[in-house]
Amino acid sequence: MFRWLEKSTDWLVYQLLGLSAESHLSQALHFFVYDTIKILILLLLIIWLMGVVNAYFPVDRLRNFLSRHKLFGLEYFLASLFGAITPFCSCSSVPLFIGFVKGGIPLGVTFAFLVTSPLVNEVAVALFLGLFGWKITIIYAISGILLGVVSGWILGKLNLEPYLTEWVRQIWEKAEADREIFESTHRTFRQRLPEINREAFGIVKSVLLYVIIGIGIGALMHGYVPEGFFEKYLQADTWYAVPLAVILAVPIYANAAGIVPVIQVFVAKGIPLGTSIAFMMGVIGLSLPEATLLKKVMTLKLIGIFFGVVTLCIILSGYLFNLILTS
Amino acid sequence: MKHIKILGTGCVKCKRTEEVVRRVVEELGIDAEIEKVEDIQAIMAYNILSTPAVVIDEEVVIKGRIPDRKELEILLGDVSVA
Repeated sequence: MFRWLEKSTDWLVYQLLGLSAESHLSQALHFFVYDTIKILILLLLIIWLMGVVNAYFPVDRLRNFLSRHKLFGLEYFLASLFGAITPFCSCSSVPLFIGFVKGGIPLGVTFAFLVTSPLVNEVAVALFLGLFGWKITIIYAISGILLGVVSGWILGKLNLEPYLTEWVRQIWEKAEADREIFESTHRTFRQRLPEINREAFGIVKSVLLYVIIGIGIGALMHGYVPEGFFEKYLQADTWYAVPLAVILAVPIYANAAGIVPVIQVFVAKGIPLGTSIAFMMGVIGLSLPEATLLKKVMTLKLIGIFFGVVTLCIILSGYLFNLILTS
Repeated sequence: MKHIKILGTGCVKCKRTEEVVRRVVEELGIDAEIEKVEDIQAIMAYNILSTPAVVIDEEVVIKGRIPDRKELEILLGDVSVA
């Protein structure tokens, strides 16, 4: 799919600029030009596709469905899956949370959605596709969704309702399986299309800078950091590498656009893939800004438990990844 | 006079929505009072799942996305155009 791009980048770097294929500079430049263009194309494509999917399955519909049906466990999976395909905006997580509580949807199911939503999002998927290829992208997406299911299920078992803030608890007590249905506005695909296009370009524009910075750092490291560098100095395969990486990652917040290119270099230079993915999940899945937003609906204790359970699940999945991917 | 409320907790999309609404109101010369609602409890009273949302005279007309200028012109226009 991208052979033409590789050829033109070769031509640009080696012919037009006349750089030797062996130099650090040309390697860095090649990586930068090729990856930036490839990722921008993928970003547009994926965001656009998700826009189309969302036009047909708005989150309102999922909520109504979950509120009215008993699904014997499948609801965790559905909520998590929807978290993955819904475009993530951190400021929508609180209204969503309350909307779910209001509809009498179990807290655990709501958490499943809340965990997966930032973890597997359109920007992360596009970058993974561009930098790691489709196999690892699929592994990432599936494990992100499973992570949501498992943490949601555990959190559901803990009966955490008393730790919601007062006003949310009142909503929860009054919750009924849907009296008020959130009807989605009916518009034709033609009416929606310009909006989907605008949205896709809008998102790409807003992450463009991060992508360029991320790939720029990645490119520099690619060109100048020798193979096996991190392995040598960080002893990446000690048993505590995974938990350490995740615990370091939780307070950091960067969006997927900036972090994936850097992760890719970590992997290329010898850090195990599982450790790197766990680090990335910690960075984009949990963050201090998110915690402050959630403070309006959850007590500190609940936020602590929520973050704790998800952190644990990320650490476990990091070990699991390393096991599966190295064997 | 119309009462327009923009519901949003302060993210980028919500700010852009406010800008678009203000611009359209100004351009069409509509007599309207624009209010930005950032308190989550007040927002949730409107039964929406995703922000930003636009409320005109207590009716939610846009939710979960940044409105289009044309759309707003139609939604707001019935007073001034007619």
